Amino acid sequence: MKLRGAEILLRCLQAEGVDVVFGYPGGQAITIYDALYDSPIRHILVRHEQGAAHAADGYARATGKTGVCIATSGPGATNLVTGIANAYMDSIPMVVITGQVPTHMIGRDAFQEADITGIVLPITKHAFLVEKTEDVARVIKEAFYIANTNRPGPVLIDLPKDIMERTIEFTGPAQDINIRGYRVLKGYNSGQVLNAANLINAAQRPVIYAGGGVVASDAAEELLAVVEKMGIPVTTTLMGMGAFPGYNPLYLGMLGMHGTRYANYAIGECDVLIAMGVRFDDRVTGKIANFAPHAKVIHLDIDAAEIGKNVDVDVPIVGDVKEILQGLLPRLQPGPDLKEWHETIERWKDEYPLCYEGSTEGRIPPQHVIEKISELTNGEAIITTEVGQHQMWTSQYYKFRYPRSFISSGGLGTMGFGFPAAIGAKIACPDKTIIDIAGDGSIQMNIQELGTAVQYKLPVIICILNNHYLGMVRQWQGLFYGGRYSHTDMTQQPDFVKVAEAYGAVGIRVKCAEEVEEALQKALQVTDRPVVIDFWVDRNTNVYPMVPPGEALSNMLGGEQDG
Amino acid sequence: MAKHTLSVTVENKPGVLTKVATLFRRRGYNIDSLTVGRTESSEVSRMTIVVEGDDRIIEQVTKQLHKLVEVIKIIDITQDKAVERELSMIKVRADNTVRAEIVQIVDIFRARIVDIGKNSLIIEVTGDENKIDAIEDSLRPFGIIEMVRTGKVAMVRGNK
Repeated sequence: MKLRGAEILLRCLQAEGVDVVFGYPGGQAITIYDALYDSPIRHILVRHEQGAAHAADGYARATGKTGVCIATSGPGATNLVTGIANAYMDSIPMVVITGQVPTHMIGRDAFQEADITGIVLPITKHAFLVEKTEDVARVIKEAFYIANTNRPGPVLIDLPKDIMERTIEFTGPAQDINIRGYRVLKGYNSGQVLNAANLINAAQRPVIYAGGGVVASDAAEELLAVVEKMGIPVTTTLMGMGAFPGYNPLYLGMLGMHGTRYANYAIGECDVLIAMGVRFDDRVTGKIANFAPHAKVIHLDIDAAEIGKNVDVDVPIVGDVKEILQGLLPRLQPGPDLKEWHETIERWKDEYPLCYEGSTEGRIPPQHVIEKISELTNGEAIITTEVGQHQMWTSQYYKFRYPRSFISSGGLGTMGFGFPAAIGAKIACPDKTIIDIAGDGSIQMNIQELGTAVQYKLPVIICILNNHYLGMVRQWQGLFYGGRYSHTDMTQQPDFVKVAEAYGAVGIRVKCAEEVEEALQKALQVTDRPVVIDFWVDRNTNVYPMVPPGEALSNMLGGEQDG
Repeated sequence: MAKHTLSVTVENKPGVLTKVATLFRRRGYNIDSLTVGRTESSEVSRMTIVVEGDDRIIEQVTKQLHKLVEVIKIIDITQDKAVERELSMIKVRADNTVRAEIVQIVDIFRARIVDIGKNSLIIEVTGDENKIDAIEDSLRPFGIIEMVRTGKVAMVRGNK
């Protein structure tokens, strides 16, 4: 059958199981859009290409499937860059399709030409520039394979216009994969699993430190099985939220800079640390020399380059976390009584619970909003966040039950991520409640996507914790820069209720704690459009506890009762 | 810090050199020398990369390189019995009074004179790093006008 390159592209996307793409058309992508006109693939038209990348990312995080976004050449492609970097840092499988100027124009600084494969080199797992229509099918196959195997990540495919226009005989999507330099990792070193089991079985104060890899490898069930068998307390990273149920008594909450005191103390005291699908990020470890100083470290990760990158490891196991845990479980035998360790942790939990005061400024305590959202959704919503104080409060006060229910920019820390990601999550999971918890700064970075959410009748709820400040930076200025609040005042801001209404969404403003629940209830009833709730929260509340940057985890500020 | 020689086979595709170079820059590793050329297969190129660093750095470099899709194989041949060669051309000041002396040095190092100018000679020398360093030192007193080194290429001895 004779088909244009663009039609082959879409057929191959279908063969990869793609049912929706997020994108924005343009001159050099026009052939792809022409083919989309009568393709069964659903296209979600965003309002800015960055929104397309984040929506594809949110879709991928909510489902585990590979998210797909499309943009045109030049500015369309460069607008995707933040979204690509974001997915790369958090190991999210994504295929990014960009239009490109025709092959004979490449390198001549043509209109809307950008060397996008060069630009994204350090922020993609791989990037293809397709030079022949005959290569389209193979490249699509390889791109999805690379994006969603081993450690997942974004893969970019740059498609010159003439390659998309040209008609060739199409015999069907590619079947075989043969990439010489890329092999999917299978199995693991079972000797090391035995070593790990011996360490864990003899441990008196073990702690599990679980990250995004547990979610990516779909290993939450295996993690729970290990914990139930061995009684090992679990702390998660931001990326690992939801990998372990927030209600479980052995859950310590998040560790690190804004982790709970008890999680950080447990790291300080543990004798065996079992790190799973984590990369020992500086926001997690604090001063690296003082991280888990008494512990033998077991590190499970699919990416060999993560082993020994930031810390020395006693037992490294390279492989898929799920597979490794399945192999580990039968070798685990409860050894020393952990009663004393559990009691110590319980004492820390009693002494240093996460806590906050009632409103001190006649507005709303921000943490109260998160607690209410957690309560009203029973921990079962998909929560996305932007980046800043609201993000940390969400990790502290929302009790997640399931993996893939917390969608947040972990590594790159991208303001403006949460709302488009919520759109992607809603498209992926139309029956779930999707709430973007935002700050007044972050939400303004991609607020134009209200147009998208209204167009597709997506009842996504945006909860703005509005303190009229860029709160997290302001917090640092207050704590470490002598209160010199340089350019963090956002008093000049639009009326978010009116903005929502102008787009055709519902806008609600809440100025006191008593009205929080009612507003949320009202928002949860809306089924055909997004809702923006503008919560006016206390302006000067800081996120505590806090480990100052570069300090040891034991040096926490705040978060003590009456302290 | 110790120098390691990595022999890296890569797919002969556009952009691979950029990727490898970018990786070194991005991760803050220092390339001492890098050579690249075709191998017996037109689809495969070999890079010989000399990198400075302790074992930890070399391990990271190797692991990170492995993650590049075009990288097929990496061997650290620092410890292996390998033949290592570098080629250098040295333009040295040489008027009539010193030519004979320079020719003697060239003979000793089994180098070759490949060009004669009015007051200079171009000398081509092949060998391992030490040999080239040595001839450079020997010629320096005469005045080196210009020098170029290719960087190291290497191959493991035997059937490996």
